[in-house]
Amino acid sequence: MLTPESLARIDREIAKYPVGQQQSAVMAALAIAQEAHGWLSPELIEEVAVYLGMPPVAALEVATFYNMYDLKPVGRYKLTVCTNLPCMLSGGVDALEYLQKKLGIGLDETTPDGRITLKQGECMGACGDAPVVLVNNRRMCASMTPAEIDRLLAELD
Amino acid sequence: MAVLGSINPILTAGLDGDRTWRLADYVSRGGYKSLRRIFADNLTPGDVIAEVKKSVLRGRGGAGFPTGLKWSFMPRALPGEKYLICNSDEGEPGTFKDRDLLSGNPHAVIEGMVIAAYAMGATRGYNYIHGEIWSLYERFEEALAEARAAGFVGQNILGSDFSFELFAHHGYGAYICGEETALLESIEGKKGQPRFKPPFPASFGLYGQPTTINNTETLASVPFILSMGGDAFLEAGKANNGGPKLFSVSGHVNRPGNYEVPMGTPFSTLLEMAGGVRGGRKLKAVIPGGSSAPVVPADLMMECTMDYDSIAKAGSMLGSGAVIVMDETTCMVRALERLSYFYYEESCGQCTPCREGTGWLYKIIHRIENGQGVPEDLETLQRLTGNIMGRTICALGDAASMPVQSFLKHFRDEFQYHIEHRQCLVPVDVQRAGSTFFTASA
Ligand SMILES: Cc1cc2nc3c(=O)[nH]c(=O)nc-3n(C[C@H](O)[C@H](O)[C@H](O)COP(=O)(O)O)c2cc1C
Ligand code: SF4
Ligand code: FES
Repeated sequence: MLTPESLARIDREIAKYPVGQQQSAVMAALAIAQEAHGWLSPELIEEVAVYLGMPPVAALEVATFYNMYDLKPVGRYKLTVCTNLPCMLSGGVDALEYLQKKLGIGLDETTPDGRITLKQGECMGACGDAPVVLVNNRRMCASMTPAEIDRLLAELD
Repeated sequence: MAVLGSINPILTAGLDGDRTWRLADYVSRGGYKSLRRIFADNLTPGDVIAEVKKSVLRGRGGAGFPTGLKWSFMPRALPGEKYLICNSDEGEPGTFKDRDLLSGNPHAVIEGMVIAAYAMGATRGYNYIHGEIWSLYERFEEALAEARAAGFVGQNILGSDFSFELFAHHGYGAYICGEETALLESIEGKKGQPRFKPPFPASFGLYGQPTTINNTETLASVPFILSMGGDAFLEAGKANNGGPKLFSVSGHVNRPGNYEVPMGTPFSTLLEMAGGVRGGRKLKAVIPGGSSAPVVPADLMMECTMDYDSIAKAGSMLGSGAVIVMDETTCMVRALERLSYFYYEESCGQCTPCREGTGWLYKIIHRIENGQGVPEDLETLQRLTGNIMGRTICALGDAASMPVQSFLKHFRDEFQYHIEHRQCLVPVDVQRAGSTFFTASA
């Protein structure tokens, strides 16, 4: 299931570590696999593990431990809103509530059309730009106002 | 660049525009001169460590451990691989300074790492970058490619017999990986669970080899220590608190952001630079060093200067330099509830006192916040923190306990009010007004 392009990217990650330590590339490899497939199915995790020569259960442990891996299908866009205290003081919780209302879904839910999944996140190291919304683990949207959130939602289709 | 203001800036001097992260721009600001000087003037590793010791640079990751001393623990003569790790896993709530260094000045981090590696005889390095700031992970890889191509990183650096390979590794959402031994486990491709110490990383670190871990800001300071001299760097701060420091100011201020000021700058000055308390409201409390640091009431905070010693005297910690400002619209129970949820969520689960204790702390504070608290709860919270602190493998247990103890110490009446009246002392609509989310103009 891993595409040749994903495998090439994983090979570049493996090359960062000493010979015999290719397990060190598991975090990057899982991130690459998730980026290509949307989420990490058990089969995908096993494939990554086999490719890196590590026990599948060890790769599963890693995928379970870190919050940005999705072990269940998510919408085309995953929006993670930081609600930790510094962000909460500047509207992080309000932004999440606004999104819930706007989308008609709760936390960890996906819109019926499969478009958007909502998550609550912990500090993203961007507290000065609160409220912050992370789109698909990659794009950080800063200083979100209700109008900015409306604009973002209109853009994601 | 989100560094919004500074007094005598060093680390962020000249960072105007969006190309400052490029090699050419860094070199035009005097970048890589310190590294060149090492080889031109035949500075020995001992010379470099001596200069860093003179600067009294203290680790910017939170603990404030003297950097020169830490470097001298590395068995540099030992054959075999030795590692240098840069900790850019910035996840301590309130902290966003390393992000701006990586954004505007990544080559200072790279140059600092190469110099540090030379001083400690490290052969390989990794910069562990917080997964949520993905674009800066990509930027760091680009900056690394530039540095490699220019001969600043890799084999026979600048034609010398010193070689150092450097790579970027990304996190993927686990606060605990900021703890240095959890970070090592994570690079090894495992769950980020902290290790027992001893053995310390300097003797048994990454892949079992000698390893030193330093924070991003610590390492970015190194080229400047060599270029201006250890004494001048020390004088840029105050005695026992060398150098400038980046402070991330968040929460209820008019201009949240990073500010680079000399160690020892009055808190009141920093607050003023950040535009003062939002909407001209009254300051209530400040967490001066990231969420793990004890909270300090407004009056006491206004008397502090921003350095390790002054903040310690006020009963808190300078920590990572994350200054979380709370004004009179803040419900302290709700604030602590959110912090306690964070530690509960991020406990790695290895030690029973931390795993169970953080769960209990959150559960009890949650119930007080929701009007279900009972009078005994405050004593129970106190007892729980006593059973966690000092009984865990890593400092997360303490980090979860200190906020609870300090909130109860300074704002006990608010907790009691919650329990007695089953509601907030600060009305909910006042709290809402505090965030200005719904009133902010788009
Ligand atoms: C729970 C926990 C989280 C931590 N998070 C970070 C972090 O995000 N960044 C960091 O530099 N240090 C963090 N530290 C401190 C590191 O363990 C380590 O002391 C530091 O990186 C050493 O660098 P320094 O000496 O340059 O400060 C954390 C420690 C603990 C216990
Ligand atoms: S104190 Fe908590 S986070 Fe640290 S090792 Fe123990 S269980 Fe894990
Ligand atoms: S608390 Fe939200 S980004 Fe730091």
